[in-house]
Amino acid sequence: MASAAHAVERRWSLSSRTAARLRHWSLRTAAVAYLLLMIALPAAVVIHKGFARGLGDLRAALAYPGATGAIWLTLATSTAAAAINAVFGTLIAFVLVRFRFPGRRLLGALVDLPLAIPTLVTGVMLVALYGPNSPIGRTLEGVGIQVVFAQLGILLALLVVTLPFVVRAVQPVLLELDPVEEEAARTLGASGWTTFRRIVLPAIRPAIAAGALLVFARSLGEFGSVVIVSGNITGRTLTAPVLIFQLASQFKPEQAAAVASVLFAISFGTVLITTRLTRARKAEAP
Amino acid sequence: MSAGAGVRRKHDRARMRRGRGVAVRGALVTVCVLYLAVLLLAPLGGIVWQARKPGWSALGDPFTRSDVVHAFWLTAIIALITVAVTTAFGVIVAWVLIRHRFRGRALLNGLVDLPFALSPVTVGLACVLLFGRGGWFHEFFAARGIQIIFALPSMVLVTIFISIPFTIREVQPVLEEIGTEEEDAARTLGASVLQTFFRVTLPNIRWGLLYGIALSAARAIGEIGAVLVVSGLIQGRTETATLYIYRAMEERKTASAYAVALTLAGVSILILAAIEWLKHKRTREDEA
Amino acid sequence: MSEPIRVQDLTKRFGDFEAVRDVTFTAEAGSITALLGPSGSGKSTVLRMIAGLETPTRGRIWLGDEEQTHKSVQERRVGFVFQHYALFRHMTVWENVRFGLAVRRMPKREQRARVEELLDLVQLGPFRDRYPEQLSGGQRQRVALARALAPRPNVLLLDEPFGALDARVRQDLRRWLDDLHRELGVTSLLVTHDQDEALELANKVVVMHEGRIEQVGTPNEIYHEPATAFVAGFVGSANVLRGQVVAGHVQVGEHRVPIANDVADGIDAQVFVRPHDVRVGASAGGAGPARATVERIVTLGWLSRVALRLGDGQVITAELPSDELSDVGLGDEVTVRVRRARAFRTSDALGVAEPAGAGARGRSDA
Repeated sequence: MASAAHAVERRWSLSSRTAARLRHWSLRTAAVAYLLLMIALPAAVVIHKGFARGLGDLRAALAYPGATGAIWLTLATSTAAAAINAVFGTLIAFVLVRFRFPGRRLLGALVDLPLAIPTLVTGVMLVALYGPNSPIGRTLEGVGIQVVFAQLGILLALLVVTLPFVVRAVQPVLLELDPVEEEAARTLGASGWTTFRRIVLPAIRPAIAAGALLVFARSLGEFGSVVIVSGNITGRTLTAPVLIFQLASQFKPEQAAAVASVLFAISFGTVLITTRLTRARKAEAP
Repeated sequence: MSAGAGVRRKHDRARMRRGRGVAVRGALVTVCVLYLAVLLLAPLGGIVWQARKPGWSALGDPFTRSDVVHAFWLTAIIALITVAVTTAFGVIVAWVLIRHRFRGRALLNGLVDLPFALSPVTVGLACVLLFGRGGWFHEFFAARGIQIIFALPSMVLVTIFISIPFTIREVQPVLEEIGTEEEDAARTLGASVLQTFFRVTLPNIRWGLLYGIALSAARAIGEIGAVLVVSGLIQGRTETATLYIYRAMEERKTASAYAVALTLAGVSILILAAIEWLKHKRTREDEA
Repeated sequence: MSEPIRVQDLTKRFGDFEAVRDVTFTAEAGSITALLGPSGSGKSTVLRMIAGLETPTRGRIWLGDEEQTHKSVQERRVGFVFQHYALFRHMTVWENVRFGLAVRRMPKREQRARVEELLDLVQLGPFRDRYPEQLSGGQRQRVALARALAPRPNVLLLDEPFGALDARVRQDLRRWLDDLHRELGVTSLLVTHDQDEALELANKVVVMHEGRIEQVGTPNEIYHEPATAFVAGFVGSANVLRGQVVAGHVQVGEHRVPIANDVADGIDAQVFVRPHDVRVGASAGGAGPARATVERIVTLGWLSRVALRLGDGQVITAELPSDELSDVGLGDEVTVRVRRARAFRTSDALGVAEPAGAGARGRSDA
């Protein structure tokens, strides 16, 4: 009687150890399978299709009217957006962290708005404001500033969509910063600007760089807002993502994949550098 | 006499410095407000103005049409499925990445960031390349009569892809911060693995998790590039709210486009409010 | 009700690093056993293996008659108290204490009675609706104890429970734990690096160092009869003097410490002397007890500490009542008599000390 119960006990305890091991491994398998199937697989198929026939598809894609122009335009507008939002993003982060003023929380919330608004709606808003049906749009056109169906519109759209990135990258770093160094500088006679330039800026530079690179990578692939605002005029306002879309719609998936792979390589490289930067900074921190 | 004048001069200089300080601050804040006004407030105002041009009452017209209603319905379903899947798997991935040690962990961690580096149209393209005619998996599904491309499944798949990082990236740091001690304690008190997770771990990560859910929900609702490529834009069947707006703009039905866009903007602002509130809750937790 | 804990050949390896090696001991039912050692000695790892939080690389564990080595944490039914409390931050004191009962699906009414009983025991009744962050460190640890004891475990494991607390709170809780244990009689295994704590609370002490057991004994044995040089140096303060084996003694300057075994001449040895076993007297000149020069006197109220330089240059510290030093001043030559000493052999190559035979306790000749 006692021995039978004992035998049951032993069986149970053996299986509980194996059960724990099984659980451990099935969790890991689930995580790995999820990421491999959902992320690695799609990326792989694009690269594979794009270069399955060597560089032939890429050359054909680049021969497509306006293709090279589209890639250059994408790179140029993305760089501009990164530069401009690096400056303004840092300024906004600084103002939000260091100053107290009525409406500060509202301003902070506003900065996060592009995270919640569909990019397409951003494009529609820009057309609503600067398009031919609006008085502002017409006035600007009269003065010679074309926003909608022009490159300026693309830049504007990118600025809106990527607005939060630099702010969110710089804010936490600024919050962590110990004000003692700045106070010391101030007691030694440094002006506000000098203190900022020599004490604060070096400390937040990696964060600004990381945020700017994120803006760049994001802008490379931006579709929803650009497709509405730019008018997609070949040779003038056609960007690479829209080009990929057009190639795909015309049943030229291999060429689309080739251009997509190039774009992917650039933005992936950028994201890699960014994560390396943020990790290096975390390693340096005491 | 001269001593008094010297002191007065010092005070004047300090007041000027303080005054200059305030002026500089005011200027900086104004610049920020102007920048945000130009980029966000003005366009928001623009769409409100355009949408109400045919009259406030006309705003409700598009919503009587069945294809608009269906579009919102489809958006909601896709967003729901996406959030459910990315939350469940997101927690598992975050757990494995933080609590397990194994070779290739860094690589897997890097994989989570990949969706940020891909244009949504590329994601849609990948889906077509996998499930469309000539694709790797086309045979398998076609033989069983399951339609992936130009149907709901592909739209859900691409939306999941672009939403994956949000939950994971928000839960990871919280898991790392709370450590394993409470979970160890729960186990010594007799709690099974599931009991430990639901009674101890989940309450500890809840704000970070909800924040991630809000972000991924907003992203899922707003998706356009990828679904545009895979949906085929079949009215009344594979058209989400964003796709409806796209088609309406193409067909110059601007009134309907603005009305629906304004609605989506309103929904986004509600989600934004939730995001801000959860962010606040999460920082409050960190400080505790 | 309360059961003994027995471990045999417990070993734990993390990759190449051996944290615990061949640990074997028994904690008697109803007693408090202390695992004492410096940080990194592996004592916490041993405790966690007994609890089931770590899996041993080798070895076996018994709680009472049942082998636990392959059982899960939940099945072992141990009470565990963590150094940093590990209270569930989202639950009130009440819900924390209740957790082990709720998880085992005890009927609600019984749960309530049991929680009340424990809150009474730890005197935290009025705090039942507070959250951990609203409590002091000492209060949190009492809640942790109540929580661990609620499911009536047969065994209580404590991992440096007072390590994170202020000295005063530590003292109070130490006394309180002693009373609690007397009342409850649960077999307790206490990990600590604080020897005062071990000596005060434990019935038996297991001294650990670098993963191995150095000595197992009562607090008295550990203190007065250290089996290894490490134990002699770690437990209680001690002077460590170097000497050589000469004709059946260890020669430390002019002192001779007898040893029992025949150890070859010329072997280096370490001699451990407690400061209060050193007697100081004014020099009487001529032959007699060893002579030393007073280098430093520190008066701490009724107790004084004197640093004495011996003939061979080594310094020995004596602790004695200040009145006995009335006619002793800096620079004076005084006689030194050692009441008790233990000698351990130092191996040249490794610097590892082993006891130079049984009964190496002795009094110096004079």
